[in-house]
Amino acid sequence: MANIVKVGMADLNVCKSPDGITTLGLGSCVGICIRDPVAKIGGLAHAMLPDSTQIENNSNRFKFADTGIEDLVNKLIAMGGRKARFEAKIAGGAQMFAFQNKSDMVRVGERNVEASKKKLRELGIPLKAQDTGLNYGRTIVFYPETGDLIIRSAGRPEKTI
Amino acid sequence: MAENISFQKVTTEYYDVLKELGNIGAGNATTALAQMLQAKVDMKVPQVRLLDFKDVGEVMGGEEQIVVGIYLAVEGDITGSIMFVLEQHAGRELVSKLMGTPPAEGDFNEMELSALKEIGNIITGAYLNSLAQMTNLKVLPSVPDLSIDMLNAILSVPAIEFGIIGDQILLIQTVFTDDMDLNGYFILMPDLESYSKMLGALGISL
Repeated sequence: MANIVKVGMADLNVCKSPDGITTLGLGSCVGICIRDPVAKIGGLAHAMLPDSTQIENNSNRFKFADTGIEDLVNKLIAMGGRKARFEAKIAGGAQMFAFQNKSDMVRVGERNVEASKKKLRELGIPLKAQDTGLNYGRTIVFYPETGDLIIRSAGRPEKTI
Repeated sequence: MAENISFQKVTTEYYDVLKELGNIGAGNATTALAQMLQAKVDMKVPQVRLLDFKDVGEVMGGEEQIVVGIYLAVEGDITGSIMFVLEQHAGRELVSKLMGTPPAEGDFNEMELSALKEIGNIITGAYLNSLAQMTNLKVLPSVPDLSIDMLNAILSVPAIEFGIIGDQILLIQTVFTDDMDLNGYFILMPDLESYSKMLGALGISL
C-alpha cells in the first residue's frame, strides 16, 4: 500500500514511487510538483509568496516560490534524481476574495504562479501542466510514478492533470 | 518594508494586546449577536493562539473542512485587514436563527449569503470597535467580502500577509454558545506601520 506524504503551508517534501505526495487546501499559495520519471521520485513545494528577494525576513526558504523550487530540485538531486529528466506541474494561485487589494496582496496568487513558472524556466525544467488561478481552493495529490496530479475542490468534480 | 522592526518583539507585546482585545471584542460581539438574533448567546473565554503555518489547518479542525471566511479591509488610523472564520455549521446555525428558518442543507443561497455577510459585519465590527476604544484610534472597516471554501485555502490569505513578516499566524479563537458551540476565529492583520501605531497608542513602545 502506497503512503501519501503530507506537505504543510510554507513547507516542502519528497517521496519515492509508489508513494504520493499531497498538500491540502491550496488557496492563493501555489503547489509546485517536480518528478524524475526514471528515478521515480518526486516532491512538492507549497509556496506562499513569489519572490524571496522582495522580503526582508526570508530565512524560511520554503515560503517562497523561487527558493522553494531551488531547494526542492536540490533535494531531488540528492536523492538520485537527474535534473535533465525533471518535469513539473503546478496548481493553486487562486484569488480567494474579490478585493484583496492591498499592495502586498494584489494578485498574489497570480504572482505566485508567474514566479514559479519563471523559476522553472530558469532551471530548464519543463512545465507539463497547470491548474491555477480562479477563485477556489484546491487539494492536490501528486504521484511521481505516473506524473498524475489529482485536484480536488469543494463542490467541483475531481480532475487529473 | 519601510520600517525595520523585529516581529519577535512585536509578537510578544502584540500577543498581550490581542488577548485583551479578544476578551473585550468577543464580549461585544456576543452582545451584538444576541441583539441581532434576539436570543441569549454566551461565549467561552477567548484563546489567543500563535500557530506555525504548517500546523494551522490541523490545529483549527482540519485543512479541508469547509468554512466561511469574511474578509474586510481596515482604514483610518490603523490600516490593514481582518478576517473572521466561522465553521460552516456555525454559519448555518446563525443564518437560520437570524432568518427564523430551519438550518438548510447544501450551498447557501443569495439571501443566506447576505445574512452571513451581515453576521460577519456585526462580529468584526464589534472587535474593531473594541480596538478603537482601547487605542483611541480611528478604525474604519470596508464592506465585507465573503468566501466559502476549504479552511487552508481561506487561511492562505491571512497567512500570506503574516508571511511577509514572519512564519506564524496570530488568531483569536472565540467559542459562542447557544444551544451548541459555534467556533469562530478572528484574525487581525495590521499593516507593518500600524503595529507601532497601535502598540504606541496602548503605551507600549517598540
